[in-house]
Amino acid sequence: MDIFGSFALLLAFLAAVYAFVAGIVGIVTRRVLLTKSARNAGMATFGLITLAVATLEYFFFTDNFSLAYVAAHSNRALPLYYKFSSLWAGQEGSLLWWSWLLSIYVFLALFLNRRKHPELMPYVGVTLAGVQIFFLTLNNFVASPFHVMAAADSAGVMHVARLSEGTGLNPLLQYPEMVIHPPMLYLGYTGFTIPFAFAMAALLGRYPGEKWIHITRRWTMVAWCFQGIGVLLGAHWAYAVLGWGGYWAWDPVENAALLPWITGTAFLHSVMMQEKRGMMKVWNVWLVFVTFMLCILGTSLTRTGIVSSVHAFAESNIGGYFFGFLGIVLVVCLAAWYKNRDYLRSDNQLDSLVSRESSFLFNNLILLAACFAVLWGTLFPVISEWATGSKISVGPPFFNKVNVPIALFLLLLTGVGPLLAWRKTSVDALKRNFAWPLVGGLVAGAVAFALGWREFYPLVCLILSVFVTLTIAAEFYRGARVISARDGSYILTALGELTMRNTRRYGGYIVHFAMVMIFIGITGSAFNQDIQKEMNIGDKLRIGPYTILCQNFDQLSTDNYESNRATLEVFRNGHSEMMLYPERRLFRTSQVTETVVAIESTVVHDLYVVYAGRTPDTNVPVIHAYLNPLVKWIWFGGIVLVLGTILAMFPDRRAALLLRAATDRPWADRTAPSPVTAPIRHSSSDD
Amino acid sequence: MNPRTKFAVGSGIIVATLLGLAYVGYTQSKTYYHTISELPTLNGSTLHQRMRVSGNVRAGTISHQDGRTNFVLEEQGKTLSVSYIGNDPLPDTFKDGAQALVEGRLTPDGRFTAEQVQAKCASKYEASPTGAPAAGGSVPNKT
Repeated sequence: MDIFGSFALLLAFLAAVYAFVAGIVGIVTRRVLLTKSARNAGMATFGLITLAVATLEYFFFTDNFSLAYVAAHSNRALPLYYKFSSLWAGQEGSLLWWSWLLSIYVFLALFLNRRKHPELMPYVGVTLAGVQIFFLTLNNFVASPFHVMAAADSAGVMHVARLSEGTGLNPLLQYPEMVIHPPMLYLGYTGFTIPFAFAMAALLGRYPGEKWIHITRRWTMVAWCFQGIGVLLGAHWAYAVLGWGGYWAWDPVENAALLPWITGTAFLHSVMMQEKRGMMKVWNVWLVFVTFMLCILGTSLTRTGIVSSVHAFAESNIGGYFFGFLGIVLVVCLAAWYKNRDYLRSDNQLDSLVSRESSFLFNNLILLAACFAVLWGTLFPVISEWATGSKISVGPPFFNKVNVPIALFLLLLTGVGPLLAWRKTSVDALKRNFAWPLVGGLVAGAVAFALGWREFYPLVCLILSVFVTLTIAAEFYRGARVISARDGSYILTALGELTMRNTRRYGGYIVHFAMVMIFIGITGSAFNQDIQKEMNIGDKLRIGPYTILCQNFDQLSTDNYESNRATLEVFRNGHSEMMLYPERRLFRTSQVTETVVAIESTVVHDLYVVYAGRTPDTNVPVIHAYLNPLVKWIWFGGIVLVLGTILAMFPDRRAALLLRAATDRPWADRTAPSPVTAPIRHSSSDD
Repeated sequence: MNPRTKFAVGSGIIVATLLGLAYVGYTQSKTYYHTISELPTLNGSTLHQRMRVSGNVRAGTISHQDGRTNFVLEEQGKTLSVSYIGNDPLPDTFKDGAQALVEGRLTPDGRFTAEQVQAKCASKYEASPTGAPAAGGSVPNKT
């Protein structure tokens, strides 16, 4: 069976090489059949890698510990869903998983466009195959998950050894979120390969106009959304499992996942400049290139150990391959850009500082600054050792000092940008759009100040959050009112109609609102409290409005672990509110202890209780309680973000009607709005 | 001024502000990595920097006294006496022979006062993360 798996992987590698070589030959010689067969080979990698993944999963599910990888990451008593997720618990498996997810994207991109863009797709296929070759090289020749274990018998002959039990899955990964977090994050990382391939293809093939941006818009949003969910799930995992009361520590691996998301965000915004005004062409191409390179850098950071991290579960010495690949990608990008740079000349220039263009420019500038600061801080130990000989790391104060003001400025732009007109905005329009939201924000700020808020950043964040929320609400309301006045429909019906008319615009607003929610949640951390206390049975601890009474300590036992559990009763205003059971689990096969945090989460705050261990001298249990305000808003914001993104990916009703009109008249100009579908006019709504 | 110049000036101000903030953040949080054998060679201001040192916990040296935990780290034959003064309980992985990373400052008598200890047991896990805060509860950085 292991031979079956490695054979499938080898064939996938050959198919990718064929897709690459035949694709290039097909482009050069203009042979359509060759191009077609290269495309088919590209699509075939998906089937072949699927077979390899299925084989490896089969080994996990059948407790077949003859494979070194399975023996190292599973054991018999492991619950079934963790056996499934063990696939990506280590180096070899996660690389295979990466290749597989990439092959899904490759398959879809090639299949869905098989009859479209004949000038562009061959280049796309070649670029995708190039990326696949790299990962399949690792899968086959560097980090194969199909290595069997062998032992010598008395005569010195090697035999395949099959262990009766595996070492087990790292306890830190035995948490439900670890079944979905890595797939989400990897879908983000791999997904950015598609816009990268299209950008590269458009550049190499000098594909006319802004078409590659239209084609890849949804792909980019899919990748961006997955990356965002991946980052948030990672934060939630750190919060719920690591037991230190926080969700974000500017750990190198967290940063690595955030970086492509930041540049991806910049890209999603700046493409609008290219679509509407023909500006920023060079910038956009490089944003996609950089995003892709940051994805590769991110994956290499998580597994090379050049910077130490709590999230890195697969350290090894394959860093050289990644940096080699990164170098090749950089050279190819530079060469492609240099050779075709005349094709990227800008059509327009900046007209005014108070315009949509300039808000996008600031948005990009500030996002890139954030990206650079995070990258610099993450790699600082490496950079400083190289430059001065002493290894220096920087901590959260560095990241927070730079990124908090950046984040607040972005929040301001979130409210202001979408309502500025292209080219130039009049003072009247500014007053009309921003006066009431600004008043609302300032009133909220004044109320908070009166209630005793004195810290600067939380106050600013509150004012901006209210301001942005009101601008968004006003946009929905104004648009809906226009429709309801015209059609005589109810305002709620009109709201739905409005949203479906321009999903991109209104989906975007919902994503903006999701970001406001996330910002509110993060602001809560300025008001965190925590207390740690040695507690015997009958002892009490007070935190915020809660009193925690220690009821009992007991032991639980399962096949997989033994657990020490505290039973705590939580009182509020003298009434018993709930019971909490924080645990410490000792995993049998690995002899590693893990904390299981008890969290009572409400919209207002989380009560987060950790059984921290026992004091060495006295053997008294230690309970560490945290009161973290507003954390739930971050996770809610994540859900809204997904919904907004999905909405923005829906085809517009406007576009659907246009498309129908256009198919009736095949040669019609598809961009001119027909009378039926003319967009509703209200303040500066041209997106 | 034309819009391009205005934009350039605005960007300049933003970038300069951020650089300033970055510098402040850097001076507040920079931490040096040193090996035990490097410590005797430090002098002047470098002696008083906040630093991280790693090594293995010498077997039998862990002792508890007045709320402190004392132990000896060793690396390539060199040793360093460490007092852990932090509030968080030590990680479960902190045992004889474990690989530990301590963060804190050197005292004038050549001992090391650690505010944080991360430890990684010499386990069969290749995948065991370096000093996961889960095990230590010693990550102070709340964001």
